[in-house]
Amino acid sequence: MSVMTMVKAINDALDIKLSEDNRVVVYGEDVGVEGGVFRVTEGLQRKHGADRVFDSPLAESGIVGAALGMAVSGLRPVVELQFEGFTFPAFNQIVTGISRMQNRSRGKFKMPVVIRFPYGGGVNALEHHSDSPEALFAHIPGLRVVIPSMPHDAKGLLIAAIESNDPVVFMEPKRIYRAIKQEVSDEKFSLPLDKARVVQEGTDITVVAFGAMIRECQKAIKMAQEAGISVELIDLRSIYPIDRETIRNSVRKTGRVIVVAEANESFSVGSELIAVVNEEAFLYLEAPPRRVMGFDTVVPLAQGEKYFIISPERIFYEIEKSVTF
Amino acid sequence: MIQNDLPAIFRDYNPIENKMLQVIDNEGHVVDQDRMPALDDETIIEAYKQMLFERTADEMAVSYQRQGRMYTYTPNLGQEAIHIAAGMNIRDDDWLVPSFRELGTLLSKGVSPKEMFLFYLGNEQGGSFKHLPRVLPMSISIGTQLHHAVGIGYSIRYQKKDNAVFTFVGDGGTSEGDFSEALNFAGVWKAPVVFTIQNNQYAISVPVNVQTSSVNLAVKSVAFGLPGIKVDGNDFFAMYLAYKTAAEYARSGKGAVLIEAFTYRRGAHTTSDDPSKYRNKEEETLWGLNDPLLRLKRYMEVKGVWNLDEEKLRETYKSQIDAQFVEAEKAKAYPLGDVFDYMYTDMPDELKRQKAEYEQFLSWKENRR
Repeated sequence: MSVMTMVKAINDALDIKLSEDNRVVVYGEDVGVEGGVFRVTEGLQRKHGADRVFDSPLAESGIVGAALGMAVSGLRPVVELQFEGFTFPAFNQIVTGISRMQNRSRGKFKMPVVIRFPYGGGVNALEHHSDSPEALFAHIPGLRVVIPSMPHDAKGLLIAAIESNDPVVFMEPKRIYRAIKQEVSDEKFSLPLDKARVVQEGTDITVVAFGAMIRECQKAIKMAQEAGISVELIDLRSIYPIDRETIRNSVRKTGRVIVVAEANESFSVGSELIAVVNEEAFLYLEAPPRRVMGFDTVVPLAQGEKYFIISPERIFYEIEKSVTF
Repeated sequence: MIQNDLPAIFRDYNPIENKMLQVIDNEGHVVDQDRMPALDDETIIEAYKQMLFERTADEMAVSYQRQGRMYTYTPNLGQEAIHIAAGMNIRDDDWLVPSFRELGTLLSKGVSPKEMFLFYLGNEQGGSFKHLPRVLPMSISIGTQLHHAVGIGYSIRYQKKDNAVFTFVGDGGTSEGDFSEALNFAGVWKAPVVFTIQNNQYAISVPVNVQTSSVNLAVKSVAFGLPGIKVDGNDFFAMYLAYKTAAEYARSGKGAVLIEAFTYRRGAHTTSDDPSKYRNKEEETLWGLNDPLLRLKRYMEVKGVWNLDEEKLRETYKSQIDAQFVEAEKAKAYPLGDVFDYMYTDMPDELKRQKAEYEQFLSWKENRR
């Protein structure tokens, strides 16, 4: 066991897979010599060589499109896109190629591609560095979308993602890249790519969240406990597919649910989760399910971000509203 | 396609031959008297002052960020000759479509340091350049702005005007598909666009030889049928000549031009970046000797027209700039409405609902205290 940040845990997962599987290659902008702008790939080029960990030209479409070619010809590429706001030049390649090739080739070609990128707000960044576009990717048939909320999960999920023959969009909450330290096994381990995790059991209300919002929810839950409210917290981990069973069991027990996420509210993962709740637990509901999410606006720059970001206080406010409905 | 009616510099500096336009050398000596732009001493001194103002504002911005008074900033150090030469050739009726490392050009177009600071203090009002109808906001998304410049170029031709569009991209940005697409569109539409690649040799950590196998970046114009030229970006006179020629060409209705301004990013990519990770001090020192301000100053010294008290001038600029920063810091608090009000011309009910619900939360929070 070692104490790891999420950056270290992801680095560790990449290191393990690079070491044991020579089909794995890691590339993207600044990932080689520099070790990534967040230092996630630090030291990997030195250790594994510049033909396996390398800098690409600055072109996201090229980075992802080439990964398709590598995947059909025997490699297992793990590409880094530098920020969520710069994934969009690659969107065409993801939607028209990566996500469809298994189906188009009737299973002849597998698509063992991992597309990693940092996402999310709360870091006082310039435009295109604070967004949460998980719903855009989750809407594309053929992709798996995974978001860890802590170092342990980041390592286990990334190893599973690299080992998966399906393309995996692996979104890393940059706000907690270094904010959470945790004991993580130094050994290789993997976690299922389609299972949510019950972070904390409770009886009055279910809170579903993922990524950096788990920590904010935990702060809100402390406030709720003081108010005598028992909260069950679920970390979704897999955005697509959604773990219906865990959601169903929890909401049938508590009868109340809110979804907490940073992304714009409309047409979001929150919307999807509430649809799942309605389908799976409609007759158990005691209050309207509710999304506690970002506005349908651009994420404001630093001075305005305080309104946009979901605070523990706002989560508690919504928990209380639901429980007293 | 090298046309016969091209201005001389484009014929003489065909990028396929990998030559670079230079008028003064590192020591400030004139190496090409015939191409020395006809600028009077006063104008040259004014250019130097603008470069010095940009540098002072830029250095202070980095220092405010280091003091924790400002968020992430993108330094301009070493690229001032490009910015000011462009600024001096952009007419009031021209358009400016910036990337995010053209401080001096923005300042010369009428953007105030206060606005720039406000933007980097995390307020969109600062980056809107609202009072300048022909300046687009900075483009953080790499290369996308080039298409926008071409669209403006189409409008200019459609409206039968004789103005031009100036747009910028970095060396890294030339790898994006948008770069090639924009050059292609500009060629097909004969859009009056002056494209500048600021080749500062690094896209964050990635050197330009990892970015492309092309002999230079100006040569990328050839396949799209545009005149292109590689210019010494630290030579104010060469940049001035290139911009003057390119702007005249574009305004005459002949179409777009690609200028590669060969320079060096003496600072970090942004204040979050640490160049010591990927390049050595010797290289930085070497390029420090090739600094654009130093070169222009040496030229003036050689010519005997240098008459500035630089230290005094810097002090004056510093106090002007600091006053602007303090004003930006004191700007009124960011209202909730600024998050919502500009998303649509007419705010949809859905956004009104979200805003109202948030206001309810705020008053709950207020009452709880």
